[in-house]
Amino acid sequence: MPIEAATPVEDVAGADREYLYTLNFGPQHPATHTTLRLILTLDGETIVKAVPDIGYLHSGFEKLGEDLDFNQYVTVVDRMNYISPFANECAWFHTVEKLLDIEITPRCKYLRTILSELARISDHLLCIGAAALDLGALTAFLYAFNQREMVYDIMEFASGQRFHPSYCRVGGLMADISDDVVAKIRSYVKTFPKAHADITGLLNRNRIFVDRTKGIGVLSKEEAINTGCTGPVARAAGVVRDLRKDEPYLAYKDLASSFKVVCGKGGDCLNRYLVRMGEMAESMKIIHAAVENIPGGPVNVNLEDKLTIPDKNATYRSIEGLIQHFELFMWNRRWETPVEEVYGAQETANGELGFYLVADGSGKAFRARTRPPSFIHFAVFPQMIEGHQISDVPAVLGSLNIIAAELDR
Amino acid sequence: MPAYLDTLNAKFPKAFTTSTFRDNHRVVLSGENSYAVLFPLLKCLKTECGFDMLGEIGGIDYLNYPGATDRYGVVYGLTNTTTGERLFVKAFTNDPEPELPSVYEMWKSADWMEREVYDMYGVKFVGHPDLRRILMPHEFAAFPLRKDYPLRGYGERHNFQTVTRADS
Amino acid sequence: MALTGLLPDFLVTKMDALASMLRKHSLWPMPFATACCGIELMATASSRYDIARFGSEAMRFSPRQCDLMIVAGRVAMKMVPVMQRIWLQMPEPKWCISMGACASSGGVFDTYAVVQGIDRFIPVDVYVPGCPPRPEQLIRAVLDIQEKVQRTGTIDAREFAARDTYAGPTSLARELGPDQTIVAPGDYNTATRFRRPLN
Repeated sequence: MPIEAATPVEDVAGADREYLYTLNFGPQHPATHTTLRLILTLDGETIVKAVPDIGYLHSGFEKLGEDLDFNQYVTVVDRMNYISPFANECAWFHTVEKLLDIEITPRCKYLRTILSELARISDHLLCIGAAALDLGALTAFLYAFNQREMVYDIMEFASGQRFHPSYCRVGGLMADISDDVVAKIRSYVKTFPKAHADITGLLNRNRIFVDRTKGIGVLSKEEAINTGCTGPVARAAGVVRDLRKDEPYLAYKDLASSFKVVCGKGGDCLNRYLVRMGEMAESMKIIHAAVENIPGGPVNVNLEDKLTIPDKNATYRSIEGLIQHFELFMWNRRWETPVEEVYGAQETANGELGFYLVADGSGKAFRARTRPPSFIHFAVFPQMIEGHQISDVPAVLGSLNIIAAELDR
Repeated sequence: MPAYLDTLNAKFPKAFTTSTFRDNHRVVLSGENSYAVLFPLLKCLKTECGFDMLGEIGGIDYLNYPGATDRYGVVYGLTNTTTGERLFVKAFTNDPEPELPSVYEMWKSADWMEREVYDMYGVKFVGHPDLRRILMPHEFAAFPLRKDYPLRGYGERHNFQTVTRADS
Repeated sequence: MALTGLLPDFLVTKMDALASMLRKHSLWPMPFATACCGIELMATASSRYDIARFGSEAMRFSPRQCDLMIVAGRVAMKMVPVMQRIWLQMPEPKWCISMGACASSGGVFDTYAVVQGIDRFIPVDVYVPGCPPRPEQLIRAVLDIQEKVQRTGTIDAREFAARDTYAGPTSLARELGPDQTIVAPGDYNTATRFRRPLN
């Protein structure tokens, strides 16, 4: 059914079809995970029209981006897609470094690659676990969350915060990793395939799960392109597009031979689930290849470039370090940026997360526009759900992986 | 020179300027002709140059920006999904009635993104079928991402009634 | 049995204490999860941290069945009336945990759209710091609620009747001038109505 303009529900349930009734779904509803709201017009149990109402978590991220400097904004970017925070940081600093024309060190590239792939795994785990939970499969959720805890552990070992690492900085990372982290990642690479097989075994041939996802929420390839979908949603519909291959960034150029782009055909919920499962396995291959090849050397770019925060030793023991620290933290100094604008995007778990950064010469963004994949994907939801049953709403929502903080910002 | 520029130059002579920064290629319209040229230009890019995905629409308020002549800029990020080529088209509009044509007819993805630009900057998209606020409450009267709106607002966030234990 | 010899055949206690003891070990949380803290709330409920050890695993998403509201995550302006309505729908006796920095004070989001602490609009019993708090901290908060229930609870919830005044921080609401023709989205009765488009 082609998408129609969203007109208010009162007009739809007009005079000729007055047996239609309206159901308010959310904003506080378990299947919406967070704060999504749908106004459904129903014919019995069939959905005639769905009008999403969003903004229940709008917190002014982009306004904050104009108030905080590049390094401070990392804390806010973290909270955007809060189930894979590290990937957001990577995308943000990718854009900032593009603006400032910084080439980060090989070691930093590899570390960022590994950690953002771990973030992708934890994102997909939560998406699959929660989607299964909404369809009644609690066990898969518990299995998935157990694996997420391992990723949390690695993040905590690396950065000190288990949930929002805030680990990236302009031109590098907050600190280098220790050998413990590498050991933990290695052991995770060993244990994860078993958990992946467990979840596969629980869901892939689960009659209820397959019946409730197959053929539900179909998105054709043309529609996926026309509506701007990216990431697993587009790939499940057959759009072969992955920024990791198409516009290789970080260490993906070196690791290109170690992974494949997972695509689906049908564009329904089951395909999206299968693409996510496949992507987790591919991510594991990337991590496996990368963790054995982490180059040596510093994680931050050269201190003389006056772009990175000097470490404690340099700050307290050398006058250059102290001056640079001072320069980067004074509100009227910071970085010197070109009066230009730049768009940088990376392939996060949900799709293409881009930032459009306008700089006015100061160390703060004049405008930090986000291109949130959840926002684009949720806009497609009404056309996916029309004609389906009301019990298909959780299935479609779960497969789209809408994160409200990224949706509303 | 990219192939799309030849097509554009032939169809819209002297209507736009181009610029490049890092790997971003931009086609910039001026404040005067944005309203007239934007829609046909994007249509030409879609139908003749293969830019089939509108990945992003972002608003910018250029108040007090160094060297800016127009106030509101709207950036259209186009992608050619076959070649992976990207292009950014920039249009401008001004007070008191900031208006641009809606591209909803061509790309369904413009639906919500145009609503968001309207919500945050007050730029009206003429031809959009359902232009209303998307993120802020319906009653909200300001456009929060404009530069003359303070970060902490005017105190709207505190104006709710308080529920005490006695009420419940 | 050694235990039977040690304990008397009967115990004398107050009905209040008995009711509180039963209540505190069967708190049913209502996860009002809006943002990041909601994921930590899920982590608390899942395998590793397992809030079931403290009798609070029965998460119910209907406010009518719950007695502990956990506000996890920032509350935006549009969400306040929804939150108040859900709080009012919960039956007495009920308690509220404000989980995380955003719910307690606005956290890093000191912007036009985010409420600076939910305690200005609904009563809060326990605050949990952290952004987001670790699951251990949330479990601690549940234990604190249990202690509060044991100490102050009464069988007919008459302890709430005495608390008829607003106990939160000073209200910052003010009359907006005519030049700032901006109003809040209304109260909990009207705010979630579907609006007609502007044009």
